[in-house]
Amino acid sequence: MVKHITTPLTLDAISDLRAGDVVALSGKILVARDAAHKRLVDAIKAGSAPFPVKGETIFYAGPAPTPPGAVIGPIGPTTSYRMDPYTPFLLDLGVNGMIGKGKRSPEVLASIKKNGAVYFGATGGTAVLLASSVVSVEKVAYDDLGPEAILRLEVKDMPLVVLADRFGGNLYDNY
Amino acid sequence: MTARYEVEASDIKRLVYDLALTANRILPEGLKKIIETSAEKETKELPKQAFRDILKNAELAAEKGMPICQDCGLAVVFVEAGQDVSVVNGGFEDAINKGVRRAYLDGYLRKSVVEDPLFNRKNTGDNTPAVIHWKIVPGHDIRITVSPKGMGSENMSKIYMLKPADGAEGVINAVVETVKNAGPNPCPPIVLGIGIGGNFETVALAAKSALLKKEGERNPLPEYAEMERDILARVNALGIGPGGYGGNVTALDAHIVQQPTHIAGMPVAVNICCHALRHAEGTKKGRKCNG
Repeated sequence: MVKHITTPLTLDAISDLRAGDVVALSGKILVARDAAHKRLVDAIKAGSAPFPVKGETIFYAGPAPTPPGAVIGPIGPTTSYRMDPYTPFLLDLGVNGMIGKGKRSPEVLASIKKNGAVYFGATGGTAVLLASSVVSVEKVAYDDLGPEAILRLEVKDMPLVVLADRFGGNLYDNY
Repeated sequence: MTARYEVEASDIKRLVYDLALTANRILPEGLKKIIETSAEKETKELPKQAFRDILKNAELAAEKGMPICQDCGLAVVFVEAGQDVSVVNGGFEDAINKGVRRAYLDGYLRKSVVEDPLFNRKNTGDNTPAVIHWKIVPGHDIRITVSPKGMGSENMSKIYMLKPADGAEGVINAVVETVKNAGPNPCPPIVLGIGIGGNFETVALAAKSALLKKEGERNPLPEYAEMERDILARVNALGIGPGGYGGNVTALDAHIVQQPTHIAGMPVAVNICCHALRHAEGTKKGRKCNG
């Protein structure tokens, strides 16, 4: 059964999500990957955050360019572990959802549990399909990073799977 | 005296351009068939859905003329140039990079190359330079393969400098260990390119070229063919499954390319590719020169 969830991912909204659940996610999410994480965390630490991160859900991705007539180019998850060094810091500041693919560090999993967050997976290599759940897109910061710029998307029924939940459940523990 | 042949640099550029666009947009037919057959081996809903999404995605990409994956990769280009042919009216390497540049700009493909790996990670803006592998072969034609390779699976690839005494079992264990450690990260179901022999740098190239072997076809030597089958069985028993959601199909295919090596060594390289193993090939025939 598909669980329909809408951002922001308050504790209430994700209270019954468990690893392995299939989710259709709607609402606003941020897009940020490697270079954007580094710059964002450096800026926050220097006291010059470009925007508040509290309550945000971050999709680890960098889309292909948008062709004429499309809302956005193909956009699928990038491998999440590269964002692990920045993640506990961001979760402590109130980021409560992540969308990516692949394993996370023990520190990130502990932080998800501690902060009551959730880590979703999108299927890698289905970028055209995932782009069709994007309703709108706007640039938020770091445009000079090209495909690594921070974007805000509005998504409608984005097909996801819960990989790690706030109870310590982890889909990848099954093998 | 041997006859001389020519190919225009602009024709090389055009060929690379066409191949880069095709490779990014169209999943090779043989691979698509293997994905379809493999999907039937799944019984649980999550892996079945992952397979359905992968196939639907390929269909949509072809239909819309969009890249299959947002990671349009480093543009890996294999060149087999006949020894009797010259590229004229422009540089050979330059023509390849120009073809890549135009394809990535015109085709709305993602540019993923940074100038410096460590200090100045500035995007070059056109996905060049391409990664080019040159081979001189007999004849007067130029055969080019363009294979965009994403970094998610590249990051999970490994080189082992094994001992001769490790034998076939040692090689198989190295491959299984690599896939196990990679887990869900490289976008399974994966394809395995395995290089055995040579030295530190050529074993990696052998593994990369193994990825370009014909889908589903086994190594012509029976010992290696058997190893490929063993590897597939052991890797699929890991249960990682499509999308890493758990399942029966972790690898779609595995190819070994073996080559001569030193009496003291047995290098092994495991190049992992995601399920979107993209490649397109084409040939420019040399035109006979007068005089």
